[in-house]
Amino acid sequence: MNSGGFWSMGGYARFVWPCFGFAFAVLLWNLWSARRFLAAARRRTARALMMAASQRS
Amino acid sequence: MWTWFYRLASPPFVYRVAAAAAPWLMATAAAAIGYGVIDGLVFAPPDYQQGDAFRIIYVHAPAAWLSLFSYTTMAAAGAIALIWRIKVGHAVAAATAPIGASFTLLALVTGSLWGRPMWGTYWAWDPRLTSELILLFLYVGVMSLRPAFEDPARGDRAAALLAIVGVVNVPIIHYSVQWWNSLHQGPTVAKLAKPSMPGSMLWPLLSMLLGFMLFYGAVLCIRLRGEVLNRERLSAWVREAVKS
Repeated sequence: MNSGGFWSMGGYARFVWPCFGFAFAVLLWNLWSARRFLAAARRRTARALMMAASQRS
Repeated sequence: MWTWFYRLASPPFVYRVAAAAAPWLMATAAAAIGYGVIDGLVFAPPDYQQGDAFRIIYVHAPAAWLSLFSYTTMAAAGAIALIWRIKVGHAVAAATAPIGASFTLLALVTGSLWGRPMWGTYWAWDPRLTSELILLFLYVGVMSLRPAFEDPARGDRAAALLAIVGVVNVPIIHYSVQWWNSLHQGPTVAKLAKPSMPGSMLWPLLSMLLGFMLFYGAVLCIRLRGEVLNRERLSAWVREAVKS
C-alpha cells in the first residue's frame, strides 16, 4: 500500500482512523484510571493505618 | 482441594500475584497489539466487498469479544463470591466492571462507524446492536448499584445478583445473528474449522484479540490490587504491602 492510499484508506479514512483513535483512547484511559485507582487506594490505606496507629498510642 | 482453592483466593496471595503479573501482561499486550495494528493496517489486503473499511474489524471485534468475556467474568466472580463466600470474588467483579463497560462502549462506537459506510446508517434497532446496548446498561447498573448501599457487603451482594441475572444477555448477543434476521454479519472467527477470512487478514485479527485479552488481564490486575487494598485496609499483611 502506498502512503497516499494508506492515509486515505480507500476513501474510508473518516471511518477507519476515528475507530483506531477511539480504541487507543479507551486503552489509555483504562491504564490511566486503573493506576489512579490503585494510587488512591494506597493513599487511603496509608491514612487508615496511620489513624489506627495514632489511636493505639 | 478446597484448602488449595481458598489459598488461591486469599487477598494477600491475589495482591502479590496481581502485582507480579501486571507488567508481563502489559508488555506482551503491547507487542501483540503493535503487531496486529501494523499487520492489519499496512499488510492485510483490502476486502473485496468492503475495501479498506473492513480494517475496523481489528478494533471492533476484539472490543466486542472482550465486552462479553468481561461480563461473563464479572458474573462468574459474583457467583463464586455468593456461593463460597470468597471475598476476592466481589473484588474481581468490581474491578472488571469499568473495564468491560469501556470495551462495550468501544464496540458500539466502532460498530456504528463501520455501519455508516456499509449499511448506510450509524444505528439500527437490530438484535445484535440492541442487545449490546443492553449490555452497556447492565454494566452501568452493576457499577451504580454497588455504592448505592451504605453497607458495602450488601452492595456487593446486590451487584453480584444483578450481574448473574444479566448474564442471560451474553448468549443472546452471541447468537442474535443466527436467531433473528440481522444487518450484522455472522461469525467470522468463531468457526475455527473454516474461518471466513484468509490467513493474511486473520493473523492480525487473532493478534489483536490476544493483545486486547492480555491488556484486559493487566488492567484487571492493577484495579484488583486497588479493590483488595480498599477492602482489607486494616489487615496486618496490608501494612507490609503498603510500605513496600
